[in-house]
Amino acid sequence: MAEKKTLIEVKNLKKYFNVGSGAILKAVDDISFAIKEGETLGLVGESGCGKSTTGRTIIRLYEATGGEVIYNGKNIHGLNKAEAKEFTKQAQMIFQDPYASLNPRITVGDIVGEGIDIHNLYSGKQRTEKIYELLNTVGLNKEHASRFPHEFSGGQRQRIGIARSLAIEPKFIVCDEPISALDVSIQAQVVNLLIKLQRELGLTYLFIAHDLSMVKHISDRVGVMYLGTMVEMASSEELYMNPLHPYTQALLSAIPIADPHVEKSRQRVLLEGDVPSPINPPPGCRFKARCRYAKDICSQEMPAFREISKDHFVACHIV
Amino acid sequence: MDLRQEQFKHIGINEEKSQQIIRPSMTYWQDAWRRLKKNPVAMISLFLIVIFAIMSFVGPMLTPYDYFTNDLMNGDKTPSMKHWFGTDGLGRDLWERVWAGAKISLFIGVVTAFVSGVVGTLVGGVSGFFGGKLDMFIMRAIDVLIALPSLIITLLIMLYLGSGLVPIIIALAITGWLGLARLVRGQVLALKEQEFVLAARTLGASSSRLILKHLIPNTLGVIIVSLTFAIPAAIFSEAFLSFIGLGIQPPQTSWGQLASLGIAAMQSYPYQLIIPSIFISLTMLSLQLLGDGLRDALDPRLRK
Repeated sequence: MAEKKTLIEVKNLKKYFNVGSGAILKAVDDISFAIKEGETLGLVGESGCGKSTTGRTIIRLYEATGGEVIYNGKNIHGLNKAEAKEFTKQAQMIFQDPYASLNPRITVGDIVGEGIDIHNLYSGKQRTEKIYELLNTVGLNKEHASRFPHEFSGGQRQRIGIARSLAIEPKFIVCDEPISALDVSIQAQVVNLLIKLQRELGLTYLFIAHDLSMVKHISDRVGVMYLGTMVEMASSEELYMNPLHPYTQALLSAIPIADPHVEKSRQRVLLEGDVPSPINPPPGCRFKARCRYAKDICSQEMPAFREISKDHFVACHIV
Repeated sequence: MDLRQEQFKHIGINEEKSQQIIRPSMTYWQDAWRRLKKNPVAMISLFLIVIFAIMSFVGPMLTPYDYFTNDLMNGDKTPSMKHWFGTDGLGRDLWERVWAGAKISLFIGVVTAFVSGVVGTLVGGVSGFFGGKLDMFIMRAIDVLIALPSLIITLLIMLYLGSGLVPIIIALAITGWLGLARLVRGQVLALKEQEFVLAARTLGASSSRLILKHLIPNTLGVIIVSLTFAIPAAIFSEAFLSFIGLGIQPPQTSWGQLASLGIAAMQSYPYQLIIPSIFISLTMLSLQLLGDGLRDALDPRLRK
């Protein structure tokens, strides 16, 4: 298999929020990774670890505090207006909440057609045809175009959101927990639609989720985040078979197994305590307070994110 | 029970059917209207307001008099078949004057509410959307203006511009938009972090598109409700200004002025005060109740 070309490269990305009275919330603190064309990179971690912030900063919804996001050889955080508009045609996002992500006041046809209108891609009859085609692609039909979002179910709404992001034929889509608000039967439907679209249109995904088994199913590689930092990244097979970071091990041991006999004897790595606050975090490894193996060095130095074996990166002093 | 394979037949899934929606398509406004119609109090109020508005044009045609001609021989006549609402001290027909006053009072109410509505929505929308220093500056300016008693501002403007219809509207609109601007700003602040706004931004939507297409339509319910409350407030302020002699100048008239003239004759001819007061009260009450009804009808959380 030929080595694929890198589509998007994130270098030392930082996103801090000023939360008042001098406190700084380090939502994303110095993470680096690359996504190759046509692949799916999964991003997992518990709530508040900065997954969504990472996705939103990559798509320019937030200005980065530091670092670069390089897309097609250009840092997207230093684009002029015309280039920025061109970038919005290349990179799109699918949102988490299918109820909040569609404007309740406009018809589904106009929601799907919004990108077409903004970029003046088609007009009149062609525009209508394109909208019908997009609805068809995501398994809805053209009668739905004149309806309003509140008339649809969660799964249907999420598919409308997917159709909207496909309207301008992007290359790269950030999926920000697209399935966490859906029930399980619909989750599979939406994930399979995403996989099918990727095959047909050659899309590249950054797939953010906290459902580990679903991430394994869809991703080529998986990154694990903890409190604003990337702790481990490897191909999904490698990560699930051979997790190295104690946090990844704990996460993976939480996946239930659909076999009562195995499930009964399964050993879980239980984490104690809560996630520390990302506001002014102490120096050293972010995970040290909950880590079973913590040593002195862990509270003094931030572990480097290094390559342990080929394409398997981990940030831990112990490994 | 005994179930056998033959009793079952495979019917498959009808993809087409599973995606069908049975409920008739309804826009937000149709849905709101449907809910408003179910509220009898609001509907009666709406009916009264519409009747008053129509009568302010039709009413004067029903009698042979006009609202400004003096007829000193027929002064202070109590209501009768000839003069339905009686006449005032100068012999002017009160029926005529009530509807002439209705025209002015309702006009002031609606125009003031509209002007303060547009200004308040735009200022609040811009302030909330752009945030930062601009927001801070606008909000502090509004705080200062709200802290001053609005009566003093209105009186100063009236003294400066003189009395009459246009100065009243300007004076009332200048103090009227402040509350709405705050309200809209709050709504926009909440809405702009909603995912559908973020989605439009990822699609490359410009600020004006975001404000006009996504943010303002979603605050329209709140704006309309606040305007229905602004109309009676403006009518009342005008009534007050006319009452203390700063408002509409004779022979033009408004409900407030009619009440003011009526109070002079209150002991001998109470109907001259009671009739315009009833109209002011009914209009205020109707608009308030309609506002309440609209708030319920436009709130999507109450959708059934």
